[in-house]
Amino acid sequence: MTEQVPPTTQTEAEAAAEDADAEEVADSSAGTGAASVVTALENAGVEYLFGVQGGAIMPVYDALYDSELSHVTMAHEQGAAHAADAYGIVSGDPGVCLATSGPGATNLVTGIADASMDSDPMIALTGQVPTDFVGNDAFQETDTTGVTDPITKTNYFASDEDTVGDVVGEAFAVADEGRQGPTLVDLPKDVTQADTEREPGEAKTPDTYNPPEEADAEAVEAAADAIAAAEKPVVLAGGGVIKGEATDELRAFAREYEIPVITTMPGIGAFPEDDDLSLEVAGMHGTGYANMAITHCDVLVGIGTRFDDRLTGGVDSFAPEAEVVHVDIDPAEVSKNVHADYPLIGDAGRVIDQLDDELDRRPDPSDRYAQWREQVQAWKAEYPMDYATPDDEPLKPQFVVEVLDEATGDDTVVTTGVGQHQMWAFQFWNYTEPRTWVSSHGLGTMGYGLPAAIGARLAADDDQSVVCFEGDGSFLMTIQELSVAVRENMDITVAVLNNEYVGMVRQWQDGFFEGRRMASEYSWCPDFAKLAEAFGARGFTVADYDGVEEAVQEAVDYDGPSVIDFHIDPEENVFPMVPSGGKNGKFALQTEHLDQL
Amino acid sequence: MTGGLPGPSPDERPHPDGRRNSQGVRIDPAVEAEPEPRRAVLSATVKHEPGVLAAVSGLFSRRQFNIESLTVGPTEEENRARITLVIEEPEPGIEQAKKQLEKLIPVVSVTELETDATQRELALIKVEGDKPDQVQSVAEMYGGEAVDVSQETVTVEITGSRQKVEAAVETFRRFEILEVVRTGTAALERGAEETK
Ligand SMILES: Cc1ncc(C[n+]2csc(CCOP(=O)(O)OP(=O)(O)O)c2C)c(N)n1
Repeated sequence: MTEQVPPTTQTEAEAAAEDADAEEVADSSAGTGAASVVTALENAGVEYLFGVQGGAIMPVYDALYDSELSHVTMAHEQGAAHAADAYGIVSGDPGVCLATSGPGATNLVTGIADASMDSDPMIALTGQVPTDFVGNDAFQETDTTGVTDPITKTNYFASDEDTVGDVVGEAFAVADEGRQGPTLVDLPKDVTQADTEREPGEAKTPDTYNPPEEADAEAVEAAADAIAAAEKPVVLAGGGVIKGEATDELRAFAREYEIPVITTMPGIGAFPEDDDLSLEVAGMHGTGYANMAITHCDVLVGIGTRFDDRLTGGVDSFAPEAEVVHVDIDPAEVSKNVHADYPLIGDAGRVIDQLDDELDRRPDPSDRYAQWREQVQAWKAEYPMDYATPDDEPLKPQFVVEVLDEATGDDTVVTTGVGQHQMWAFQFWNYTEPRTWVSSHGLGTMGYGLPAAIGARLAADDDQSVVCFEGDGSFLMTIQELSVAVRENMDITVAVLNNEYVGMVRQWQDGFFEGRRMASEYSWCPDFAKLAEAFGARGFTVADYDGVEEAVQEAVDYDGPSVIDFHIDPEENVFPMVPSGGKNGKFALQTEHLDQL
Repeated sequence: MTGGLPGPSPDERPHPDGRRNSQGVRIDPAVEAEPEPRRAVLSATVKHEPGVLAAVSGLFSRRQFNIESLTVGPTEEENRARITLVIEEPEPGIEQAKKQLEKLIPVVSVTELETDATQRELALIKVEGDKPDQVQSVAEMYGGEAVDVSQETVTVEITGSRQKVEAAVETFRRFEILEVVRTGTAALERGAEETK
């Protein structure tokens, strides 16, 4: 590598030094590829970046030195990716994470894959070894575009300092438009160091990328006919409703025709759970009534959902009587898992309006649905969400969730790790607003909760609370990010639902592996309250019902990060449960039912 | 497992009779409908830039589409290449393959070709060289020709439909085949029809 630092850069820097103008010397990256990258970020309206420094990305950091952008140094790149992801979910705008080449880039991989599975808008910028070294197994080289190809919407190897700013702009536009998702730009060090006078142009998607807007009018007409002729319709709202900013349209539509609404897990918050029409979440740990409704409906209007197997169970028994209307902006999602009788490809809000206009021309069908609504209410009474709380029993996690919900506002953002605690956190919390539920759905990444809370905290309004539910296993996976929350004095309440098990695994072992609890006991758990204090956060330990409310109040009132270690009933399980690949209508409500499935 | 919720047990609940097949298509309980795979020739116009082929082949292997052949080369237009893909899948799989392919950002357009489209593949067949005249005449039967002759070997070039190339390879076995190399299928719509 001979031209790693092009001579012009040195000349300019030298000239500046001779001028003895201190500011210009500090501004060593002005007019470089790195400066273009930063300009592109500024043009895109970025406020925060989450990252970790390192050799190949140093020119970009150097350029950030002079910018107004706030950089949050994370403890681990995985944390940076999850924080950026959560920032994107809560704000709706792509979150940005940065890492150096090699190990920095590979540490981002889990977070990028997570964002990809959940269609979250995110940009990853990775340093790369200088172009001449690429392919030679140079120090800290990884084929980052190769590694991330299957987990990004698209990725770029920026090979030219004159266009690198445009590439970053395009990466932004692609991440944000149509079905959102992560994009990555790999930045070779020579490119970011090289001089360029070219300012990045307007950020736009490539001409080959044209997400659809309106659905085909004839298809809308046919779908409206099906809905108008239905006896037992349900709407299934997925994460796409929230991503597509279509919650108002969804709410108005469901209420106008009085159609019961089910959400997927990523769709939580799309429809208020305290509305009579809400059946909350369907799927593996969804409510009994949602799963009964989905099993017996005759028309299913899926909006912005990819019919994940955790939702459908075995596809052969999914909504077996239903004609499926599927609204999605991504044509490839339609008929991928469940055949769509009425494919409506377009922007969620726009297509709901189209459907509404079409239905308006027909006699109001909502009276015909009355009997169905009654049936659905009967199922709500038949399969209530509940748990046992005699005083002498060990503390139940569901109670903890309810108390935290009570103690915080309706707009509180909840983030979670992955496991039983994640399920209780959606089952026993009442979600009413979009962008308040931040969890790892498609990838199911343990350790997601705390770094996500950091990203969510920065995207949320100051008066919004941020509560993070973690399992003891999940928490330990990214606990180092507490140092960031403390350093940045972030008002976050972490509730550890500590069962000294990787509980979800223990639950499956008990249910499906004859109780052989191999590697699911976590009896080596540290004292989380002390650990929190060691990091500089507030720490609480609660082991019985009496202590819950007081600790919650103190933690919520504290203006900074706090951790409450709740010692919960270690044998508590998550119900209802549809075993993987099972029938949604055959959910188990208790252990004994598992034998019947 | 402990704990649990109230409500009728699984067997006491009403269950509908309908079902879907493994492709998620709803089927009449009385009729069994197992999806039959079919051969589809897909043609994709892509930006002629590094990494496109890797992206396409990676996509197909990742999603477990059964690729029969994949060819790529530049087109009449600058900065455009054409990829011809032959796959064998049940109907929903073919639809999905097209849509996934269209989703890749460097892909400009994807079409499935008509069954009567012009389809050609090329083979080089190297056989023992002791009967060069006979080899030449068999090659001519298939509209091919010998393109390299040495003391020990004759190499023949055959171009044609997949079936024709297959038949030719079979026939050349009588001369003891030393090596064969085949391209995948390249295809264009017939007549004035444009292959988008
Ligand atoms: C990174 C990662 N590794 C492994 C798993 C598999 N897994 C799913 S749930 C679970 C247990 C989680 O335990 P914990 O965080 O303590 O939560 P609990 O289920 O006890 O609430 C495990 C190991 C996973 N989802 N993610």
